[in-house]
Amino acid sequence: MIAKPLVAIRNVSKKFPGVTALSDVSFEIRRGEIHALMGENGAGKSTLIKILCGVHKATTGSVALDGAEAVFDRPQDAEKGGIRTVFQELNIVPQLSVAENISLGSLPFKSGLVDRKRMLERAADALSRLGADLPLEARAGDLPRSSQQLIEIARALMGDARLLILDEPTASLGENESRQLLNIVTGLARRGVAILYVTHRMHEVEAIADRVSVLRDGRFIETLDAPMDEALIVEKMIGRPASSLYQHSRRDPGRELLVVSGLGTATLRDVSMNVRAGEVVGIAGLLGCGKSDLARACFGLHPVQDGVIELDGEQIDKPSPAGMLERGLVYYPSDRRAEGLVLGRPLFESMTMGAHRPAQIARKGFLRTQKESELAHSIAEELDLRPMQLDRASGKFSGGNQQKAVLARGRLRPAKVHLFDEPTVGIDVGAKADVYRLIDDYADAGHGVVVISSDLTEIIGISDRVYVMREGRIAAHLAGGDITEENIARSFFAAAPA
Amino acid sequence: MTTTLSPERTTAPANARRSMQFILTTGLLPALLILMCVAFAIVEPRFVEGSNLLNVARQSVFLLLIAMGQMIVLINAQLDLSVGATVALTSVVVASVTAASSGGPESVLLGLGAGLLLGVVIGLVNGCIVAFWKVPSFMATLGSTSVLTGLALIISKGAPIIGLPMIFSDALATSSVLGIPVPVLLGTVIAIGMGIFMARTVPGRNMYAVGGNRAAALVAGINVKKTVILAFVLCSVLASLAGILLTARVGSGEASLGASFVMLSIAAAVLGGTSLFGGEGVLWRVVLGVLFLGVLSNGMNLLHVSSYIQELVIGMVLIAAVAAERLKRVA
Repeated sequence: MIAKPLVAIRNVSKKFPGVTALSDVSFEIRRGEIHALMGENGAGKSTLIKILCGVHKATTGSVALDGAEAVFDRPQDAEKGGIRTVFQELNIVPQLSVAENISLGSLPFKSGLVDRKRMLERAADALSRLGADLPLEARAGDLPRSSQQLIEIARALMGDARLLILDEPTASLGENESRQLLNIVTGLARRGVAILYVTHRMHEVEAIADRVSVLRDGRFIETLDAPMDEALIVEKMIGRPASSLYQHSRRDPGRELLVVSGLGTATLRDVSMNVRAGEVVGIAGLLGCGKSDLARACFGLHPVQDGVIELDGEQIDKPSPAGMLERGLVYYPSDRRAEGLVLGRPLFESMTMGAHRPAQIARKGFLRTQKESELAHSIAEELDLRPMQLDRASGKFSGGNQQKAVLARGRLRPAKVHLFDEPTVGIDVGAKADVYRLIDDYADAGHGVVVISSDLTEIIGISDRVYVMREGRIAAHLAGGDITEENIARSFFAAAPA
Repeated sequence: MTTTLSPERTTAPANARRSMQFILTTGLLPALLILMCVAFAIVEPRFVEGSNLLNVARQSVFLLLIAMGQMIVLINAQLDLSVGATVALTSVVVASVTAASSGGPESVLLGLGAGLLLGVVIGLVNGCIVAFWKVPSFMATLGSTSVLTGLALIISKGAPIIGLPMIFSDALATSSVLGIPVPVLLGTVIAIGMGIFMARTVPGRNMYAVGGNRAAALVAGINVKKTVILAFVLCSVLASLAGILLTARVGSGEASLGASFVMLSIAAAVLGGTSLFGGEGVLWRVVLGVLFLGVLSNGMNLLHVSSYIQELVIGMVLIAAVAAERLKRVA
């Protein structure tokens, strides 16, 4: 069967002043297929998406839709051609209802007024096509992020969508919601909608993709067919054979560095856990189980109602971020853009933020700017942060490099306990390996490390012990050979034997 | 010194980008300033006389002090609407205190001390309301404006306070050092000090972080509340100093002084590229913003432009400055 491809990308290049984001990219997307697009951050995925949906224009090359050359001057042109995109940043009006959000931009009118009946019908219809069940009249802002994502997808399907582009749709979803979304995506493809699926999560590609195209440094590398070979994809993405991604050396844990007993907060109930010197403790759990709140409470971001937190033998009564950092406990936030960086300021300022005294890059309150710059550069070099233009605004760096800048804070202080909150969300394979290496090095050096993650393979790959959380409590505590995907997943849902 | 190699390597493109940015953003203001000076000089030769230029400087000092304070508060992503009322209350308090004093040299110090102390207190109150009660600074300082104005009217009973010792005005308004009027000298020294504070000290740097991303600053261990309070204190102290100098200049304490500084200080800061959303702003550019408004007003005075029209022009300049900032952000 030789059918014309739905979309043919032919020799597309995109040059921005000073950089070539894409050079000579060609591949095809077939009708009704799930086509994964992978590549490290900065490989050109976002640029390609923006060309497909009419935000950018290709410098050279063309895009053919149904065999005919398509010229998209504006996003609306791409929409008319049936190409719809759901970006990572959601476009939801929180104050409006689900139905209103779905109809945003295409509200049905009757004699100048909104036709509510038709709006509700159409929204219900769009959701049923997704196989999703959302309360049409509920305020969108009150719904969890996964539901908001469905609203966006439903909106994208309002017109006659033939290609749906999904940009890391599961990046901020938990395990369960992700699975649900993948089912919906597969269902859509079965109905003939082609999906261009951008993700960093290998297991999703393995689960649903028919084909995967890999970009590297703005170039098209190859399109691979299912079944997917993870090692091969990673090799294509990073351009060299992938050694084991996870780092986990053998260690003998020492004294207890962080002890939490009977901790209670607004979201936690009677949580007890400990972290010893020289070990990596994983904390797993579904979205909303409180795993992140545990770290944030220890760091002083959530008020403690009950229980005791001890850091290296010292009881901490009222933890505060400044106080905990001073005592050697470092928290690396999961949302880099919201809590890690000052996006509009130079990157080095985000690296050294709050650390001038401990890092001795200030004297009597005055900055030692030369020393600050040298220190920032040496840490950036150690973490392989690129590009090394540290006075560029933080917001202009890719996710992996932004994360490295956030990780620098542990290098600027006398740290002994590190709390990593989703340290590899939205970052590419190369940066992931660097993060795992850093974590392993800290543990080797006798620090206590906590890794909170929704990525089970990551937790299993790097942890010495694992706590599983459910509904604000510790549901299971696993060590050694008991740390398996099955054991962890079981504790997500059912009460585990004590 | 092999370690310095990499920083040096990266500064070349950074410099090119910076100069590009310079032309794009601040380049406009110095160019406009020069253009305006040339235009005034051509139309009205008196504009370039030394005495007139010194006059511009003397008139600009008050706004300079207040605009620097406003800039610091804006960088923290806050706003201080109470600077005008602070000037008024300071004027009334300083006049009352010095008028009741012996009239000797110590009355100068007494006036300065009382005024600056008042500034510290106003700043602490504003800052604490914003930092601890989480009242948006717009509302907090709108409220304190009313409170301070009320206090100034109560103390002065609505009439100018006269009888200030001669030495107070002599020392803080009319005397010169090396031919430079004391207020101008004071303003220059403080501007340099504030420039160093914002660019080269830890609290100054922390302000950019707090204003640029409050949550990130908190997680990085910066004492956000302390930083915001410090910004309000600095702003109020600078406004009080302006109030003291203004009182020395007019020779009486007046509750009606300073109201126009609220808008003008925001205008000067924004003209100088300070972001209304926090995290951005450089001191010397704000100085240019102040000079721009000072020259504009002086030139229009020389040309006998009516004060009504002047008001209109300055309002349009403010809107244009904010619009330019918005366009810059979109681009």
